[in-house]
Amino acid sequence: MLYEQIAMNKRRTGYVMAGFGALVLAVGAALGDLFWGSWQSGCLGAAIVTVVYMAIMIGNSTNVVMSMNHAREIRDEQQAPQLWHLIEDMALVGQVPMPRVFIIDDASPNAFATGNNPEHSAVAVTTGLLERLNREELEGVIGHEVSHIRNYDIRLQTIALALSAAIGFLVNFASNWFWWGGGRRRDDDDDSAGNIIGIVVSIFLVLLAPLAASIAQMALSRNREYLADAASVELTRNPQGLISALEKIDDSQPMQAADPNSAALYISDPFKQKRKMADLFATHPPIADRIARLQKM
Amino acid sequence: MAWIIALVIVILLVVWYVSLYNGFVQARTHVQESWSQIDVQLKRRNDLIPNLVSTAKGYANYEQSTLQKVVELRNQLTAVPSGDRQQTMAVSNELSGTLRSLFAVAENYPDLKANEQFKQLMEELTNTENKIAYSRQLYNSTVASLNMKIQSFPSNLVANIHHFKMEEYLQVPEEEKTAPKVSFDDLNTK
Repeated sequence: MLYEQIAMNKRRTGYVMAGFGALVLAVGAALGDLFWGSWQSGCLGAAIVTVVYMAIMIGNSTNVVMSMNHAREIRDEQQAPQLWHLIEDMALVGQVPMPRVFIIDDASPNAFATGNNPEHSAVAVTTGLLERLNREELEGVIGHEVSHIRNYDIRLQTIALALSAAIGFLVNFASNWFWWGGGRRRDDDDDSAGNIIGIVVSIFLVLLAPLAASIAQMALSRNREYLADAASVELTRNPQGLISALEKIDDSQPMQAADPNSAALYISDPFKQKRKMADLFATHPPIADRIARLQKM
Repeated sequence: MAWIIALVIVILLVVWYVSLYNGFVQARTHVQESWSQIDVQLKRRNDLIPNLVSTAKGYANYEQSTLQKVVELRNQLTAVPSGDRQQTMAVSNELSGTLRSLFAVAENYPDLKANEQFKQLMEELTNTENKIAYSRQLYNSTVASLNMKIQSFPSNLVANIHHFKMEEYLQVPEEEKTAPKVSFDDLNTK
């Protein structure tokens, strides 16, 4: 069961990477076409930007993500014995190496995991989580995070984060270029209808790409939350702990220290946004829904 | 030509046989490793208990008889011959139960509960208890995979030739038996 889910996750990571890669190249082509009249050079530029972003993220993803979320590392068991012991427990029973441990100074209870693979992973929790949750509840949350590590969700999220950042960078770059008069394109061309359609399509692509990127990222993340909840219970054998942890997390104020781009990493939406267009843009499934599934176990 | 094919078949058979054999060795090693994980935690707990006793000594009326029992069980545990896993775990389970009730009544002793050293010991002992439970879970799953290999065809033939034996599961104490049924079936509906 779980193994099939893990295999499927790895496969999906491949699809997402391919899809994202195509999107990045399409954006690059559109920009190139708009500004330089050459889609090939746009593609090449986008590819270079993406490779640089990926290299930075994958080489150093944990530190980047942790500093974006104002997390400090705990290196000594005695600084947070209970947290340390629970992460040790879950790593033991989940059969992954001990992740690095981080704490975020924020009164809102929340947690996330990141890294490239189980050998290079990290778990971060907020001080609010440590203060409000009892041992059993904390165990459920840590089980959830270790499951993300075990299922290779962390790798997918890292890559998705790097690619959305690359798209964001390209789009930003393009709009700056546009405003500062770089957009003198094909002055000597006659503005045929085909050309105008090309421009419109390109602009649409540039405008919609970040949206498409975040929708894909979020849809993936939602399903993974259910999977990690179930996998957490498989590790702890105690659905009640995670249920009451989720209730406490739900019943709290939004986070201050969280980075908006990493919202999908957290166990529950750190900004507690109540969206109208709920499902498409939500990074997380409704907590009530998750609790209902846990209660059925 | 024919002898080349025959040779290839023989080589394939040998490779196959060796890989089955190595599979058994690996499964058996996993069982031993997961047992040593339990063993480490049992030793750790045995080392912690004297500290618990000396910390609690100052609180004269704190459950002396229960403490006495903890010490007895600890000594009993060290006396169990090291190869006897079932007996070790039986004593260990009894010790876990006694410690649990000892901690439960600590609620009634506010002085003791406020003691920093006692708090630390409680965290250490709870941690050890949890790790024993999780290592036992791990042990049983390694035993399950070894036993499955020994029973299924054709690997059972190799197991018979080399006398790989099935291992016994470690008993889970009654109060921990109510494991929930985890289902991943409804995950792909959304």
